[in-house]
Amino acid sequence: MTEFTPVLSLLGGALIGLSAVLLMAFHGRIAGMTGILTGLLPPVASDWTWRAAFIAGAIIAPSLVLSFSDHSIAFSSPVPLPWVIIGGLIVGGGVYFGSGCTSGHGVCGMARLSPRSIAATGTFMATAIVTVFVIRHLSGGF
Amino acid sequence: MQRTLLAGVVGLIFGTGIALSGMANPAKVLNFFDIAGTWDPSLAFVMGGALLITAIGYRLVLRSAKPVCEAKFHVPTNRKLDLPLIAGSAVFGIGWGISGFCPGGAIPALGLGEASAWAFVGAMLVGIFAARSIRLAHGQRLAPAT
Repeated sequence: MTEFTPVLSLLGGALIGLSAVLLMAFHGRIAGMTGILTGLLPPVASDWTWRAAFIAGAIIAPSLVLSFSDHSIAFSSPVPLPWVIIGGLIVGGGVYFGSGCTSGHGVCGMARLSPRSIAATGTFMATAIVTVFVIRHLSGGF
Repeated sequence: MQRTLLAGVVGLIFGTGIALSGMANPAKVLNFFDIAGTWDPSLAFVMGGALLITAIGYRLVLRSAKPVCEAKFHVPTNRKLDLPLIAGSAVFGIGWGISGFCPGGAIPALGLGEASAWAFVGAMLVGIFAARSIRLAHGQRLAPAT
């Protein structure tokens, strides 16, 4: 079980939205993690500096939250490490060919009512729900 | 320099939102998908909050002729539904359902120093690189980096 956190999740979601709006206002870019990361892999995009800075900010953010507030950040992974790695490989291939992930399609694209992003988000949400159902309820896994 | 620093601040806001929302916690994400079991609907509130702010904010921002630091907006114009989009998204959902990590959730989780997050991100980068190599080897254009 994990605790239902509607207020904190809504607040966190609003901050994710704020970051998407600011990245569009300042840099004219979609705040999609897949696209930002892809530009940092060889052949590295010519505009790699803003991408690297965005990623660095995102990585240090949890430590700053822990340092400057009394808020704790819950983390637990019930998944065995080999399956995490298999999941990572699958996610990498999927988001590349699907041109985006939860941030790019699910937030930025859906907010623009992009038909591609609406179709992508519906698809990856559906297959994620089916996958968890199969693992947890049909095969008794993690 | 200023535009790079600004991107860092925006990344900081993104990572803070992810950390507070629970998106960096695989157990919570998997429980969101587990409708028939230990369902935790919190992540619907993350999506709701993010979509509300982004939908309103984009409408205001995109009225400008150009962004503050760049010459033009880079907004995808492709509206065609094709096989790579749907198949790739279906595959992404399977990996998300196995691991509980998506790219935007996993990157801030690196900052928590969790071994599983580092293992996931390493494997994911290999996956992206391999997928791009396959597409390049077949002579197709690079997927637009958005």
